[in-house]
Amino acid sequence: MLIEVGERDGEPVYRLQGAWRASAVAELNDAVATVELRPGPRTWIDASALASIDLTGAHFAARLVERLRASGATVDWQGSPPESVVFERDALAEPRDAPPGDEPQESRSAVAELGRLTVTWLGLIRAELGFLGGLTVVFGQGLRSPRHLRLPSVVRHINEAGLQAVPIVALIAFLISVIVAYIGAQELQQFGGQVFVVDLVTLSVLRELGVLLTAIIVAGRSGSAFAAEIGVMQLNDEVDALGAIGVNPYEVLVLPRVIGLVIALPLLTVIADAMGLAGGAVLSWLVLGIPFNQFAVRMQEALATTTFWAGLLKAPFFAALIALVGTYRGFEVRDSSRELGRRTTQAVVESIFMVLLIDAIFAVVYWQLDF
Amino acid sequence: MAAPVTPQPDPPRAIVTVRDLVNRFGSQTVHDGLDMDVYPGEIFGVIGGSGAGKSVLLRTVLGLRRPQRGNVEIEGRDITTLDGEELTAIKRSYGVTFQHGALFSALTVAQNVQLPLAEYRTLPEDVLRELALQKLRLVGLDDTAATKYPSQLSGGMIKRVALARALILDPQLLFLDEPTSGLDPIAATAFDDLLLYLQQSLRLTVVMITHDLDSIFRTCNRVGVIVDRRMVSGTLEAMLEETHPWIRQYFHGARAELARGAMAGRHDRPPVRPA
Repeated sequence: MLIEVGERDGEPVYRLQGAWRASAVAELNDAVATVELRPGPRTWIDASALASIDLTGAHFAARLVERLRASGATVDWQGSPPESVVFERDALAEPRDAPPGDEPQESRSAVAELGRLTVTWLGLIRAELGFLGGLTVVFGQGLRSPRHLRLPSVVRHINEAGLQAVPIVALIAFLISVIVAYIGAQELQQFGGQVFVVDLVTLSVLRELGVLLTAIIVAGRSGSAFAAEIGVMQLNDEVDALGAIGVNPYEVLVLPRVIGLVIALPLLTVIADAMGLAGGAVLSWLVLGIPFNQFAVRMQEALATTTFWAGLLKAPFFAALIALVGTYRGFEVRDSSRELGRRTTQAVVESIFMVLLIDAIFAVVYWQLDF
Repeated sequence: MAAPVTPQPDPPRAIVTVRDLVNRFGSQTVHDGLDMDVYPGEIFGVIGGSGAGKSVLLRTVLGLRRPQRGNVEIEGRDITTLDGEELTAIKRSYGVTFQHGALFSALTVAQNVQLPLAEYRTLPEDVLRELALQKLRLVGLDDTAATKYPSQLSGGMIKRVALARALILDPQLLFLDEPTSGLDPIAATAFDDLLLYLQQSLRLTVVMITHDLDSIFRTCNRVGVIVDRRMVSGTLEAMLEETHPWIRQYFHGARAELARGAMAGRHDRPPVRPA
């Protein structure tokens, strides 16, 4: 019991006892909130039996006093109140407001809201154009003097985003192609057209699946890495430090990533294509009994000259897009760890969405061109 | 209330005791038989050159790092042998501030301050808020700071919020890692005053890592210097008499001579509440 309610000369006395300390904060809260209020115009608080009281305890003592006063009684301490209660009352209990500030009054009308949205959107578009513009300038410099292209950095990104992604890209391409071939086989067997599984695998892997899968994996692996790396640098003021040294952050942080990925993604796509075809061939052999040499012959017949290039052509576009979105979102990180997470998520989601959107545009264009 | 209380000649019992501490990283020995005692009610400054192992010592005493050898006792309990629940209980009995504040950037000031309390017990929102405000007022911040995010605060405010968070569970023992580093002299002095004020009004024991000579001369009752992987400790007066070359250089360098001026008047300073 932290509070014991008694009586003295017909007037209620609330005896505080035990340790009123932060370690018992939940019990204190309960005790003060549930203490039985005795009627009476005059009440007493007696702290003589308290073992100890700290500032948290003093806060709850103040709450007790407040509750008693709210019930209409006057409250007096029997003897002098504990030191920390006095300290809390004198120094800490008063709300402390900042000097009347110049908090702007926000207008909430629909027109003001529309205006605000417009300004926000225009600001975003401006920032994105600024990013692309800055990058173009840096790229132009790089073309004039290759020193600005930062080759060691480009090589690092080819290694990290390309070479290190080979196992996962190869594995996923193989598995997806096996799945496509398997479903195709089930359906086509009904018409006795098993052999068309080869056409199905060849066309879908080379035109779409190979490059699309690779782009999505790379967006997840490297797009997020780009955003997070640059975001942390932004949080540590490293980006400002680069600027202050007179080094263009776009030149050292963005351009090598874009160039690195534009080189790495097509190469990864070739590997994904090869593994996809291998997956189709293995499944055709195991399930449909089509030997490898027959698979190869059939594949040659299914292929047009453009099939392989139709897929590969898209890779550099996807690559540039993933790198741009990732780095741009990285630069947008401000102030907090939560922001870092948000921008990284945004980078991945947006780049995957944009990859699919551009892929759809390519599909339409290829159709029109009969490519 | 009196000015900083120098511990009695025969001090009661140390609140923090470190005995024969050995910390090694690979082949590099940071501490080799280090001893440290901190007595109740004092402000104990830990100093040492860069890389002398001040932060490692702090991490060891906080129970964040297991030493290769030696004991660390906080209020008579050896934390190097404790685990789980018991260690957590000890960790709740002290407050810590880190060098750069270590405020959680995704939380508001009030959420930062009430976090140790909210993690520890289930309490109604308004109680948590009131207790956070109490501690913010205690460190001299006004209530409008509560809803801000760490990124909106100045360096001095970050240190104060970190201190408020360290004080939320009303600890008797406070560890501060370079509390005045990165502050301008006015803010640093204000922080020193605040520390003295809190130490006196709450009867805190403070262990403070610092490089700030002004701060040492203004606030510390005793200092411990880490030299040659051990600690030499004593009152400031005793340290001024030390013959170890590093300690001599530390306390008799050009900066120290200037800072010592501040020491002269410190015992007659009335305990005013800092703004």
